[in-house]
Amino acid sequence: MNDSLRTFLRHPAGTVGLAILAVVCVAAALAPILYPGSPWDMVGAPLRGPGTLGSFLGTDTMGRDIASGVMHGARVSLMIGIASTLAALLVGVTLGAIAGFAGETIDLLIVRFIEIFQTIPNFVLAILLVAILTPSIWTIILAIGLVSWPPLARLTRIQVKSIAAREFVQAARCQGQGSLSILLRHVIPNAISPIIVTGSMTVASAILIEAALSFMGLGDPNYMSWGYMIGAGRTVIRQAWWASVFPGLAILLTAVAINLIGEALNDALNPKISRS
Amino acid sequence: MSLRAILSRLAGIVITIFVIATINFVLVRAAPGDPAAVIAGQSGATDEKFLQQVRAEYGLDKPYLVQLGAYLGKVATLDLGYSYRLRRPVKDLIGERLGPTLLLTLSAFTLSLLGGVVFGTLAGIRHGKWSDLAISLVALVLYATPVFWLGLMLVLLFSIQLEWLPAFGYVDMRAGRLGTMAYALDVLKHLCLPAVTLGAIYMAVYARLMRSSLIEVAAEDYIKTARAKGLKEGAVVRGHMLRNASLPVITFAGLQVGAMIGGAVVVETVFSWPGLGRLTFDAVTSRDYPVLLGLFLVMSILVICVNLLTDLIHRLVDPRLAVR
Repeated sequence: MNDSLRTFLRHPAGTVGLAILAVVCVAAALAPILYPGSPWDMVGAPLRGPGTLGSFLGTDTMGRDIASGVMHGARVSLMIGIASTLAALLVGVTLGAIAGFAGETIDLLIVRFIEIFQTIPNFVLAILLVAILTPSIWTIILAIGLVSWPPLARLTRIQVKSIAAREFVQAARCQGQGSLSILLRHVIPNAISPIIVTGSMTVASAILIEAALSFMGLGDPNYMSWGYMIGAGRTVIRQAWWASVFPGLAILLTAVAINLIGEALNDALNPKISRS
Repeated sequence: MSLRAILSRLAGIVITIFVIATINFVLVRAAPGDPAAVIAGQSGATDEKFLQQVRAEYGLDKPYLVQLGAYLGKVATLDLGYSYRLRRPVKDLIGERLGPTLLLTLSAFTLSLLGGVVFGTLAGIRHGKWSDLAISLVALVLYATPVFWLGLMLVLLFSIQLEWLPAFGYVDMRAGRLGTMAYALDVLKHLCLPAVTLGAIYMAVYARLMRSSLIEVAAEDYIKTARAKGLKEGAVVRGHMLRNASLPVITFAGLQVGAMIGGAVVVETVFSWPGLGRLTFDAVTSRDYPVLLGLFLVMSILVICVNLLTDLIHRLVDPRLAVR
């Protein structure tokens, strides 16, 4: 693991990614301290340009502070990104592990199921889920989790299959260990590193889906989010570019950072794959 | 393709559509409140007479399995429900919006695939040089860009600052009077920004894939053989590397069409493009659930069709598959 850590830190992409993500995390943590009021509150005249006193990123159509919105939005984006990825991992790894480890019939059934879910336009399904179940943090997490698991399941299945065929797994079988214990103790720990890499990238795509949902007006109405801000700024883009540019940059930087970290993790955890 | 393969493929398609319709069915029942109100949509739910009619039509007082059977029967006969808000069958609403979406998605698809292959090849054959770095960096950033925001930024630059292209819409009101050619040109002008927006993100994905695929192919023995027999570098790239390296890109592009149709929803929203995406946005805003449910079904079927098509193209590019 120390070797992996060293490879990760030596990777310029990884350090850049970590640095950007650290800034986003600090912004999320400091939001309630620097901007104790609600980001929905009016702080000044509407459509004030950036750089003016008291609102350094400007204000939107309702006189809300863009800087406050961007910082509070970081909390929502990170929270939803991580929570929905965990949900996707739970479903994906479980189904993938069962498919890879159980018999042929179950494998075939699960593979078909995964294929069907990969066919479905996942953003449209997410829209449908959130719209019908009414928008809230929880339905958004559920929807993003439900549309993000198939690639994770596929990957887990292939990994589990290849590890399960190894000799040390057969040795464990000969010792009379039960299937579940072999799967949990021997197979999954050895199969997990590529799943961690893909999982980290899933956080970025989850953040992008969340942004798109709230842009469409399907965000949780109680929380300020980056996508909502862009949606609100869209109508006044001619007069106030800052209302949509800054939240968009925040999404872009966060997603780039997470993808960079994912790439560095890939080099660190899967040295054989990345070198070939 | 053998008859058996074709039959099993068809069976797969039918099962997929069945599962998607079942998701719709389950969602309507899982929604908080009365399923009749969901089927009627927000504006229909205020009309008790219409609700009664919906309950009778969908058999909502009968057991779930009977309801599911009734719903699947409706789907099989292409009855996608009725939009109370717009007072029209969902099928008609979707039918008239299909054209613009197909135009947008196909243009973006072609653009992204061509661009992805070209830029990926440029980066791949100059592996490690500055042009590779530049292309890879742009691809990395584009890949992380929210598509609706990219659209807005392009509007900011090309419509507001430079005033080169229209910021929204499908065609100018006046263009209809100027004849077919002028009309087509005007649609093309309106198509530019949305197609580039939607295409750019996927171009980044395909360029990354093409690059790594090309680097992989370049290390193969048959490439060394081709060079050893004295072929010029251009001929090696064109004749031996490109075709093999583009196979995984085509396969992947086919798989991405679903995501691309999802992307079209936000892009159409940004550019007020009168397609299925814009219809989705309007249905979301007014909570017109029958339209949403129908859209989900139709867009899924679109993806299935495109997947079939990519499969066929794949067989054309790779003769090894046609034999099987």
